[in-house]
Amino acid sequence: MTALPLILTVFVACTVEAIEALTIVLAAGLTREWRSTFQGMAAALVVLAAIVAVLGPTITLLPLTALRLVVGALLAVFGLQWLRKAILRATGYKALHDEASAYLREVAAAKAATVSSRRGVGDWYAFTLSFKGVLLEGLEVVFIVITFGGNQRNMGAAVIGAAAAVLVVAVTGIAVRAPLARVPENAMKFAVGIMLTSFGIFWGAEGAGVSWPGNDAALLVLVPVAALVSLGYTVLLRQRPRPGLAPAVAHSSEEVASS
Amino acid sequence: MKRLKSIGAFWYDFVVGDDWRVAAVVVAALALTALLVHAAGVNAWWLLPVCVFGALGWSLHRATAGPKP
Repeated sequence: MTALPLILTVFVACTVEAIEALTIVLAAGLTREWRSTFQGMAAALVVLAAIVAVLGPTITLLPLTALRLVVGALLAVFGLQWLRKAILRATGYKALHDEASAYLREVAAAKAATVSSRRGVGDWYAFTLSFKGVLLEGLEVVFIVITFGGNQRNMGAAVIGAAAAVLVVAVTGIAVRAPLARVPENAMKFAVGIMLTSFGIFWGAEGAGVSWPGNDAALLVLVPVAALVSLGYTVLLRQRPRPGLAPAVAHSSEEVASS
Repeated sequence: MKRLKSIGAFWYDFVVGDDWRVAAVVVAALALTALLVHAAGVNAWWLLPVCVFGALGWSLHRATAGPKP
């Protein structure tokens, strides 16, 4: 298998998480103080890089069969979480993640908090807000980078995908200086959920001892099947009687259909 | 103790998420696949996809059975 699906999946997954982290960083930086915000962001990135640096090489030392079984199970469960949320959001059963309103919430909280200096950081609130936001959003990316990179024995490609996404989102965020509310986050989560679930099924079953018909080519069937099944569930849920349809439904349904 | 609990809750939410049944189905399906392959000699490649997509449908049905928020 080439590195391209690996890089693309990590890139899209990382883009979604980076956009959510950017919203928090912007709220902290524009409302409070940039220096402490950058310190928090840098500290979180160092922790995330350390996790990849320690776990990345370690995971590649495990026997491939055991690794595929465990990682396949984790990826399938993780991917199903993303898919479930994306489908519920697309059909109006769950509110869409709205970067603009998330930003306003963070700004209101940041304005209300008092300024205090600690451990050489000028504004502790801005530091912790930025640190927590980047760390928590980044953990999902680290998980995907380590599992995909470890399984493919190509940690470098996974890191390239993640780094490219962070760079693109950071440059766009600096240029726009506002939350990236127009990015179709739900459609991206839907696509990533399909990829994670498909790879999870593929690797998990291989780890359990299965020989896939067509070997790696089975993924070329598994991914479209996962997409069709998920779109099918989306259509079925949309066709249910809906008292009090949420206004976001029409928009999000288009998002998913276009993914 | 409180911190340990919150760390445990974070990792549970991180890996398992909103519906533990989905995770249970995936683990059970993998165990059954391994059993079929190694004990019965059946190349059960079809079992995991069927169970995973079935679990997704079941979970969505459970989540949407009540009124919309």
